Amino acid sequence: MTRPTSGFGKDLVGLEPLTAQQIRVILDTAEPFKEISERRIKKVPVLRGKTIVNLFFEASTRTRVSFEFAEKRLSADTVNIGASGSSVQKGETLVDTARNLEAMRIDMVVIRHWASGAAAFLAERIPSHVINAGDGAHEHPTQGLLDILTLRDHFGDIEGLKVCIVGDVLHSRVARSNIFGLLKLGAEVAVCGPRTLIPRGIEELGVEVFTRVEDAIEWSDALNILRLQLERMKGGFVPTLREYNRVYGVTLPRLEAAPRELLILHPGPMNRGVEIDSDVADGPHSVILQQVTNGVAVRMAVLYLLAGGAPDLAESAKSEEDV
Amino acid sequence: MRRAVDRMSREIVERLGGTDQLVLMGIQRRGVHLAEMIAAAIGEAEDVSVPRGTLDITLYRDDLMAVGPKPVVGESKLPPEGVDERAVVIVDDVLYTGRTARAALNELMDWGRPARILLCVLVDRGSRELPIQPDIVGRELSVLGHQRIDVHVPELDGELAVVLEEREAT
Repeated sequence: MTRPTSGFGKDLVGLEPLTAQQIRVILDTAEPFKEISERRIKKVPVLRGKTIVNLFFEASTRTRVSFEFAEKRLSADTVNIGASGSSVQKGETLVDTARNLEAMRIDMVVIRHWASGAAAFLAERIPSHVINAGDGAHEHPTQGLLDILTLRDHFGDIEGLKVCIVGDVLHSRVARSNIFGLLKLGAEVAVCGPRTLIPRGIEELGVEVFTRVEDAIEWSDALNILRLQLERMKGGFVPTLREYNRVYGVTLPRLEAAPRELLILHPGPMNRGVEIDSDVADGPHSVILQQVTNGVAVRMAVLYLLAGGAPDLAESAKSEEDV
Repeated sequence: MRRAVDRMSREIVERLGGTDQLVLMGIQRRGVHLAEMIAAAIGEAEDVSVPRGTLDITLYRDDLMAVGPKPVVGESKLPPEGVDERAVVIVDDVLYTGRTARAALNELMDWGRPARILLCVLVDRGSRELPIQPDIVGRELSVLGHQRIDVHVPELDGELAVVLEEREAT
């Protein structure tokens, strides 16, 4: 069984396989969707009758709620399944879970999983559209897209922009999606963190590496500050949180020493006083809540683009638009 | 065509007995430009500023699954006055199947409760598939199914004109 797609393929597994043009189309499509969330009645009927399962094997507030709002504002019917309290706890495999859901006739699966590659694995095995909402340390494409949309809102253009991803790059799927997306759109990308948290060989992706946060701040137009993923650290990555903050924390005095004002992004949830200080997170250059608002619009755009009809007909539809 | 727009503008004011509650909503894209022209004509004749908004009906289409999504959806924008209790005039270039007008009505209803809604089109080419009729028409044309009607507007096409084209066999 094959389903028609909109030229984006059946699934969104990551930003790595997308072209710059495809990324731009998603961002441009997100623009008008922003406005829907500002309406009194925050709903359009475009995905009416579509059934979407949000399959979250890992804890998530922001991403899960953001996807759910996006789905509901497009009038899709949604079901949320978490690992605890579901048959996953009884040892059912991922594919069996998904196939059982498909037997109930669903159209899309949004999946968050602790294993890198889980989204692609599922996408190859079920005919429903699969959207990756974060898989292990692989990718979190909608987060990458919303970060890039927020940067574009502020700077107008991504090309030539200097963006540094600061912190726990090693465990971060957000970092990888940002790196792929930003490089494709012509930004300069750097990463900054202790060597223990920077993946070996990351320079080969075409990013610069800073080991001093002061150097990163001097170089950048914008910082995307990552959460120290304490739950993934089996120890030995950083001596203490206090020391991490002292050496790598983004603090107001460090930002004030910069040659220009930096835009501050953070994908959340924040460890205040660890990777970011409160006066930075709540400061005038922080767009952290703007990121959250944009997240809903970006996810609406992705859902809309994936749910559509056949690509060869999309062109002819354009010429019919005045009819 | 210019005269048709002027006549439609007068007709709108006549039908509503003034411009007090009037709001013009243009359908993306050429309806938006026509609404601008009508607003300018009414504004000049009545010495008022007519509130305007835009409707993009893409997300209200009934054929998304058949034609695929339009990569970039246009802007839908309410006038600051809103549409509640207003006399809303939907402006589009060509009325054909009526499906666009149906979608525009649904979108408007999601935004509020207009006191009344009129449909104003520059060209009515017939062949309706839904029980929808225009209130104000610039010109009626009988067009065969394989022909298409394009309205050109100065902002996008450099002229105001109605163009009849033979549609290529598909």
